[in-house]
Amino acid sequence: MSSLDSHADNPYLAHHFETEEQQTESCTLGMWLFLAQEVMFFGGLFLAYAIYRSLYPEAWSAGSHTLDVVVGGINTVFLLLSSFTMAMGVYYAQTGKQKQLALMLLATLALGITFVTVKWFFEYAPKIEAGVFPGKLWAPNPANHHYGQLAFFEGQGLQMFFLLYFVMTGMHALHMIIGFGILLVLIVMTMQGKFHAQRYLPILFFGLYWHFVDIVWVFLFPMFYLVS
Amino acid sequence: MSTEHLVEPSADFPVRDYGPPRVHYLNWRHTIASWLLSRDHKRIGIMYLVSISIFFVVGSLFAAIFRLELLTPEGDFLQADTYNKFFTLHGVVMIFFFLIPSIPAVLGNFLIPLMIGAKDVAFPKLNLASWYIFMVGGTIGVAIILLGGLDTGWTFYTPLSSSYANTHVFLAAMLVFITGFSSILTGLNFLVTIHKMRAPGLTWFRLPLFIWAHYATSVIQVLGTPVLAITVFLVGIERIWGVGIFDPALGGDPILFQHMFWFYSHPAVYIMILPGMGVISEVIACFSRNRVFGYEFIAFSSVAIAIIGFLVWGHHMYVSGQSMYANLVFSLLTMLVAVPSAIKIFNWTATLYKGNVIWETPMLYAVGFIGLFGIGGGTGLFLGTTGLDVPLHDTYFVVAHFHYVMVGGMVMAYLAGIHFWWPKITGKMYAQTPAKISAIVVFVGFNFTFFPQFLAGWNGMPRRYHSYNADFQIWNVLSTAGATVLGIGFLMPAFYLGWSLFFGKDAGSNPWGARGLEWEACTSPPIPHNFEEIPVVTQEAYAYTGEETVSV
Ligand code: HEM
Ligand SMILES: [Cu+2]
Repeated sequence: MSSLDSHADNPYLAHHFETEEQQTESCTLGMWLFLAQEVMFFGGLFLAYAIYRSLYPEAWSAGSHTLDVVVGGINTVFLLLSSFTMAMGVYYAQTGKQKQLALMLLATLALGITFVTVKWFFEYAPKIEAGVFPGKLWAPNPANHHYGQLAFFEGQGLQMFFLLYFVMTGMHALHMIIGFGILLVLIVMTMQGKFHAQRYLPILFFGLYWHFVDIVWVFLFPMFYLVS
Repeated sequence: MSTEHLVEPSADFPVRDYGPPRVHYLNWRHTIASWLLSRDHKRIGIMYLVSISIFFVVGSLFAAIFRLELLTPEGDFLQADTYNKFFTLHGVVMIFFFLIPSIPAVLGNFLIPLMIGAKDVAFPKLNLASWYIFMVGGTIGVAIILLGGLDTGWTFYTPLSSSYANTHVFLAAMLVFITGFSSILTGLNFLVTIHKMRAPGLTWFRLPLFIWAHYATSVIQVLGTPVLAITVFLVGIERIWGVGIFDPALGGDPILFQHMFWFYSHPAVYIMILPGMGVISEVIACFSRNRVFGYEFIAFSSVAIAIIGFLVWGHHMYVSGQSMYANLVFSLLTMLVAVPSAIKIFNWTATLYKGNVIWETPMLYAVGFIGLFGIGGGTGLFLGTTGLDVPLHDTYFVVAHFHYVMVGGMVMAYLAGIHFWWPKITGKMYAQTPAKISAIVVFVGFNFTFFPQFLAGWNGMPRRYHSYNADFQIWNVLSTAGATVLGIGFLMPAFYLGWSLFFGKDAGSNPWGARGLEWEACTSPPIPHNFEEIPVVTQEAYAYTGEETVSV
């Protein structure tokens, strides 16, 4: 494709852009549009949540009381910390400090993985084991000291609560896992010295994505854990 | 021929007519990989053209078979369950694999960079990726067909789709989810391209209306499609986990599905018409040799449609048990959304009235569009009134309504566009006489197919049944006969356009004497990079003087 690459002087400028400024602005706008798309995507789930919560307030309260606020809270802290390390990463990228950047990205990755691990071992797995997984597997075990009470819940909508809990937090976790993959690539690229003060857009954009994912959690946490 | 100056010099582009360039985007590389891995928006447009043409044939075959079945009132060779599969697959293929990508992904891809003086779309790799995503969706579609089909209707209403259907609903949910992302990426790409890649001097109000229409379409694609994606995702979850998100037996609300589905799918009908309106503005201006009357009104009406279009979904749900007050509001808003469409129709008509009309093939299609879309939109208003919709809902009247807008509107516009830009895309001119005949055959065949359906529906024939009351037979016989003519009309372009590829004469850069960067500053076919140098624009769009000559 070499004959198409008309910017021999600037390998970072793709052939179809005239100036680097135009390229930066285009990528930035594209990133924001992608996030707008994500908002609509999660929006559908939030709508379903709003409808079913208003239909089944008792189920929401009963379900929410079995969620572990402490674990959820600690996880929230991990996630907010990861947002902080990511923001620092962007700062170091902009100032061209490659070593610190790599460190911050690694910290973000570690915090993210901690979140997902905690989520699995302290939240998803015990629920599934106690029969608190909606659908065909649904059979809350009355003998379970924590979730057993759910077996005695009378009325509708309890499965719906857990369904939305699993789907919404699961969709959130999936976004994080996709983020891990991207982070790995960014870390390798950082170690290869691909980013410096003049070229850090991918870091910036990933930062936007990561903050978006965090904000989603900031909504999810009270919506599921703090229903009274 | 191609060395003559066919266009009178305009201020921006003094006298040029380029012959076919030695190296252009079609011949500069020949390997298969140079197509399949191409990031050139023009080649990707062609790849979409080939793929959606195949899907169009598949979708038409389903329709041909069930139209044949409907010749007689009783079930002859299709029984209820097979019939359900046939109309479902027809709808799914036509909507998701033909209409939604048709003008944006083929003509939009090809033309947007040319029209705004850019070398490519903003994200060429993403553009290629969107084609691959589309083809993954298409492969799932083919798999569904081979594995035994789908029978939920293209609307996937719950709880039929979630609890009762025994066909491949999960695969279909994946198909819609995946194909949706191809549409989102195309829209995102166009929005950024239109914002950031315009040539110097090409201000917003100098843009061709085709661009405005695609801008509005892209907004809908980016903001609406994700909602559909998450909706079908939930249906998919319901299928595999056996939970009741939309199943009343398990505490779910099936009406919520309808709200979420139509929140996308009403705006989606504008994905399926706005780009067509963009094509019509270009064609009408060119063949009236006139600046489009009320340019700003048409531009803003596209944006208005995109915005108000998000607020009217409830008109599909008047009889769903939705609250009376909601019905009222949706009905009012529905009346409102028709206003911008009507503005366009008035302005095109005024453009014709003040212009020098030339009856070339694209113009025949375009004028056909105005009439048919007028009928389709007008009957939409009938359906938008809460009272009238109660008896008409789920009858053939609705079927006729949406075919007038989708086929009479969008497919006619697509054909107008293909005929208009064919010489630009391929560098070859097709034979005019068969082309004009085909336009007329399509128009006549279309009306014979779908007008009787208005009457059948008005008299109460319900949609989606393989057998019907014998009283309705006359309308169905007419409709099937019309469909045969329509089918012939659709086949004809395959022959003369195909013929032109091999034997057509070189078109020259501007055979219609049209205005616009793609005609005035580009060769036919365009060179790989579109422009020798990035053009500078100092003029409004459609600076027709009336002196331009056609040479075909
Ligand atoms: C003037 C603008 C329009 C108005 C006021 C309008 C109104 C309506 C209404 C009220 C219905 C529901 C009828 C029922 O199910 O009882 C309907 C159905 C439909 N319309 Fe339109 N419409 C308009 C334009 C369009 C356009 C431009 C398209 C597509 C290109 C379109 C495609 C459809 C489809 C596909 C359906 C049927 C969906 C289904 O149930 O399968 N409409 N329209
Ligand atoms: Cu609608």
